[in-house]
Amino acid sequence: MIRYLLYLLKMARCAVTGGRTYYLWLGFLLLFVAMGGISWAHDLTEGLIVTNMTDHVSWGIGIANFVYFVGVAAGAAVLVVPAYAYVRHDIKEVVLLGELLAVAAITTCLLFIVTDVGRPERLWHLIPGPGILNLPSSLLSWDVVVFNGYLALNLHIPGYLLYRQYLGQKPRPIAYMPFVFVSMIWAVSIHTVTAFLLSGLGSRPFWNTPILAPRFLISAGASGPAILSLILQVIRKNTKLQVRDSVFDYFKSVLRITMPINLFLLGCEVFGEFYTGTLHADSAHYLYFGLHGHNVLPKYIWTAIFLNVASTAVFLIPRLYKRQTIYYVACVCTVVGVWIEKGMGLIFPGFTPNPLGEVIEYTPNAGEIFLNLGVVAFGALLFTLMAKVTISIQTGELHDGPSENRPRADARLAKPATESI
Amino acid sequence: MTTVDRFMAANDKPRQTGTCDCDAQSGCEQAHIAGAVAVPSSTRRQFLAASAAVGASLAAGTACNDPAFQAYFQKHYLQLTEADKKRIFERLEKEVEQTKGVRVKISDPRPLPNVQFAYALNLSVCNGNRRCVEACARENNLPDDPQIRYIRVVELDNVTHHLERGNVYYDHEKVPEPGKYYLPVQCHQCKNPPCVKACPTKATWKEPDGIVVIDYNWCIGCRYCQAACPYHARRFNFAKPNVKPDKINPDQGYLSNRLRPMGVVEKCTFCLHRTRKGRYPACLEACPTGARKFGDLNDPNSEIRKILWEKRVYVLKEELGTEPRFFYFYDD
Repeated sequence: MIRYLLYLLKMARCAVTGGRTYYLWLGFLLLFVAMGGISWAHDLTEGLIVTNMTDHVSWGIGIANFVYFVGVAAGAAVLVVPAYAYVRHDIKEVVLLGELLAVAAITTCLLFIVTDVGRPERLWHLIPGPGILNLPSSLLSWDVVVFNGYLALNLHIPGYLLYRQYLGQKPRPIAYMPFVFVSMIWAVSIHTVTAFLLSGLGSRPFWNTPILAPRFLISAGASGPAILSLILQVIRKNTKLQVRDSVFDYFKSVLRITMPINLFLLGCEVFGEFYTGTLHADSAHYLYFGLHGHNVLPKYIWTAIFLNVASTAVFLIPRLYKRQTIYYVACVCTVVGVWIEKGMGLIFPGFTPNPLGEVIEYTPNAGEIFLNLGVVAFGALLFTLMAKVTISIQTGELHDGPSENRPRADARLAKPATESI
Repeated sequence: MTTVDRFMAANDKPRQTGTCDCDAQSGCEQAHIAGAVAVPSSTRRQFLAASAAVGASLAAGTACNDPAFQAYFQKHYLQLTEADKKRIFERLEKEVEQTKGVRVKISDPRPLPNVQFAYALNLSVCNGNRRCVEACARENNLPDDPQIRYIRVVELDNVTHHLERGNVYYDHEKVPEPGKYYLPVQCHQCKNPPCVKACPTKATWKEPDGIVVIDYNWCIGCRYCQAACPYHARRFNFAKPNVKPDKINPDQGYLSNRLRPMGVVEKCTFCLHRTRKGRYPACLEACPTGARKFGDLNDPNSEIRKILWEKRVYVLKEELGTEPRFFYFYDD
């Protein structure tokens, strides 16, 4: 017990020590976290009236970001499946970072909810026992269940593996492998439940489509590898962790499947709305072309489509994706493009026009933008701290006991595949 | 000393003896596991005592008389005893008196047995004067700042039934405008309410007499019910509702028109603080054209039964399967 507490202390110390760039990065994130905190304090005292949300568009940028980051969390499965199911050792070296990205992403999702509800101090009403959870009918209740389950899984698996590595002991498969396989399926469930909570509403024809859940999962399979590519490249350049090129090749192989399918599903949706031409397509019309003179959104969605098409082209053409810079630019375009189409391009038009036909537009104001940036910065901060510790443990820098007594951490991973998983 | 001990030595306050950080006055007699330090039993005892004390005080706190404490841990309406309700209503009435200087009476009329309320609206007669909207605002303590109104009247061309082709913001000198008809929309108290299905904490539910109610002290303000409602019936308190003291209606129902807090959802409740006592909703009494009809579907002699039997009645967005209890009809 004491050893574990000391391990936590050492982890904390490791997390907050680093070079000048590291401190600058932490400081940069903390600045945004602080600004987000000030914005949230303003919300709490004055009420959500200080946002641009109204009874017509009652969910705004906060929920848009919530939906996007659930995709990021689900996208961690993109690393988990090959690492454990196909036993790819190169990916196994970085899979814990993927799982911790999922932890950071889920935390940002939970924070987006906490900072968006009208009475955050009443969130205990969701805990079955002291409160009431409306299962099985409310999809939001299901979201509470699956989110916390996924968070627990992704805290346990890396937590266990890192602690064993820190101690210099081999992990016992029974303590983590069953959870790994559960987490592969659970990753699908968190994003499906989030899609269902939107697609299950008959009141919002823009969302009430069976294609929503598949679109969510495919776009998570696109933004996940894109974000991980960017993160792992930064880690490769700035830390001692070896990330092999084959990992990036794997990401490219995933992107060249998920990005085209994402475009195809977009085409399916657009056809269904505009060819049939029912009055339910008003929301789609508002998003792509504007409605009755209200046209704040079209420039964003067409930018997103352009970014997605351009990055898909890059991922399909070897001459382009083999060039590092072009590949990373395409990843950034994917992240931005998917964010626009899944976040603001999904939530805002769902409410416009409202059920009585009124077109009330919504775009976030400065307070909301700073709050959202603060939450994202908090997630990035959490991930940075966890990644720093993970990398230190994996490279053998952080371990129990004096350094000369412990085998080098990555020596174990270089062993042939005959060892038990 | 092990690395651990060195770490502790570097980072902890100076210890009295040896390598253990227990606060024993003399040398520590506890066994030390190699590479680790066992927690001395005295500090373990202290920790357990402290947590027991915290736990006991939390348990005592639930019976504690501090009103803020009680308010925070208040249970769901359906779990409250009569004694709980009495205490809660008194606390709320006192709060209103202290903050607004007005004495109000909060009642909790229970559903009348075997009653199924329903509303019918005569589209041949409604002329869009919106007296119902204002009467509802006065009856239900709806704030002007920010403005909340439960009823919205949609002006539609005679050629269409589709709400999304309507206009809520009409502003004519005189109504009705030729070639238009008027359709007031408020909560339909649906038989199959999507909002009740959506609420993650069951803060909104359907009562036995058909009215869909909200426990304003249980709602967490997530606004999922607002997304789920196909009729734009629900309102959220984005700010602290500011009802002027001289406008406050003191005859209040706990589940209907009492003064609501910031950050919760509210909507039309068919004026249950009136209708469960045999009166009409305020909107019906205010309507100058007689377009509004209200009653008990289970009463064979009620006007509402007659209308459903004799008139061609329809509901909004029937294809959504919500089964509203708000019917629209024409005189022909």
